[in-house]
Amino acid sequence: MPKDVAVIGVGQSNFVRGYEGSIRELAFEAFREAMEDAGITTKDVDASIICSAPEYDKQRSPAGVIAEYLGLIPQPTVYVETICSSSSTGVRIAYGLIKSGLHDIVAVIGFQKMSEITSAESQERMGRGADIQWESPFGTMMPAYYALYAQAYMAKNGLTLDDLMNVRIKSATYGQINDRAVYRKPVLPDDFDPNNPNARMAQVVSWPLRVGDACANADGSSCVILANAEKAKAICKKPVWILGIGAASEAVNMASRPDFSKGIRVAHIAAQQAYKMAGITPKDVKVAEVHDCFTIAEIMAYEALGFAPIGEGKQLIREKATYKEGPIPVNVDGGLLSKGHPIGATGGSQIRTIVLQLRGEAGPMQVPGEPDIGLVHNIGGVGLYGNVTIFGR
Amino acid sequence: MGFEKFGRKSFTSATKTAKFVDFLMEGKIMGTICKKCGMKYFPPRADCANCFSSEMDWFEMPKRGKLETFTVAYYAPYGFEMDCPYSMGVVDYGDNLKLFARISKNIKQDELRTDMEVTVKPVQYEDGQIAYEIEKA
Repeated sequence: MPKDVAVIGVGQSNFVRGYEGSIRELAFEAFREAMEDAGITTKDVDASIICSAPEYDKQRSPAGVIAEYLGLIPQPTVYVETICSSSSTGVRIAYGLIKSGLHDIVAVIGFQKMSEITSAESQERMGRGADIQWESPFGTMMPAYYALYAQAYMAKNGLTLDDLMNVRIKSATYGQINDRAVYRKPVLPDDFDPNNPNARMAQVVSWPLRVGDACANADGSSCVILANAEKAKAICKKPVWILGIGAASEAVNMASRPDFSKGIRVAHIAAQQAYKMAGITPKDVKVAEVHDCFTIAEIMAYEALGFAPIGEGKQLIREKATYKEGPIPVNVDGGLLSKGHPIGATGGSQIRTIVLQLRGEAGPMQVPGEPDIGLVHNIGGVGLYGNVTIFGR
Repeated sequence: MGFEKFGRKSFTSATKTAKFVDFLMEGKIMGTICKKCGMKYFPPRADCANCFSSEMDWFEMPKRGKLETFTVAYYAPYGFEMDCPYSMGVVDYGDNLKLFARISKNIKQDELRTDMEVTVKPVQYEDGQIAYEIEKA
């Protein structure tokens, strides 16, 4: 089990709708928390990696602007993008920079101000987050793509709309106790009842997915500070080590995808790489953050990560196995569904949650039993990119 | 040039595979096949990722396949709102060939089933745009 690169500081802003500040100010919020957590100064940081999805920003090349605002010049900085998995990709690159010996300490800052552009502009750009030559001309959008996976998966594996609803209900259980979450209200079965005129979650967006099956857009930032073993041991009382790291990419076009009922292939591939590198099995994972951009995505993630056999992910939600007290707690910070999904900030926020869990500092969200190994599953686009990262004490 | 006519609204004007639109006008849905290694591609590609050849032939897609999955969009991205609701799906022909498209309004939403037999036909819209849609077999 490698212990060469550790997380020594984590931070995130509140995830909110309509952040009242600029992107550099938003990035600063997460960075300050992570730096205070690490107890270091900007002079200690050798390089920064700035992560977001650029189509939301009016600022061209945000890395330089943000690095300056954070006090990280003249150190090198670079912009990294894999849509929704941008900041876990940033952490992967930071790992490589540190492992190679090029840098000792690297700060990875993810941010997204989705409200930077109007919602009409945002819809058009989201619709283009796929194959713009061969698919966008049909009027595709993110919910429709995940709905294709949901339809195939449900038809083959007996997953029901109520199972999906129960993923949302679990998420809301923890969104309520996460003071950084954008959606903090409880969700009840009544909210999904199509016969209830006041149901907030029941309206179909793209069959079979409803409003309640989709994550919440948000503005937010995250920061993960990584260090080599020597620095981590010297600086940090509770370093959290990267034990395994996996990544993969996939065909953008749906016509080139394998069996839809088997889920997102990049997650399967990245998970196998990460488990192999860490020298552990899925049973060793005590707490996980998975990319629940839609409820169906969480069920498919259970299987990609080996928490359930293929086609049996539904059992975990039916048995409440992924609740905080269950054998494999998943998204006990509210996940993307309730905490919110500020694209470029999401991976770093997931990592922050796992680091706090492994340190025993997750407050009301802390899973019992002093977890020693945690996992982060972060997907970009409709399974276009996937990162699985395993952390340990 | 020539690809602006593809789909309800095209985001691409220039592509080496623009001839695809001419074939659609003739009623044919074509993929490309590498002359050197025989790899088949749909959507069509101008270059082979298997052997790096750029010598490609066109081939006509099979007539029948199975609807692997589908969705009915009740909410559309900017520029497509007028079409709502509309269905989209993936057709699996076997032999590693699949196709993604709108599903014709001739198939009622409650008739949609995964694995149903379907065909795919070129379609021209009132505004002159051309595409292909999934139809009953």
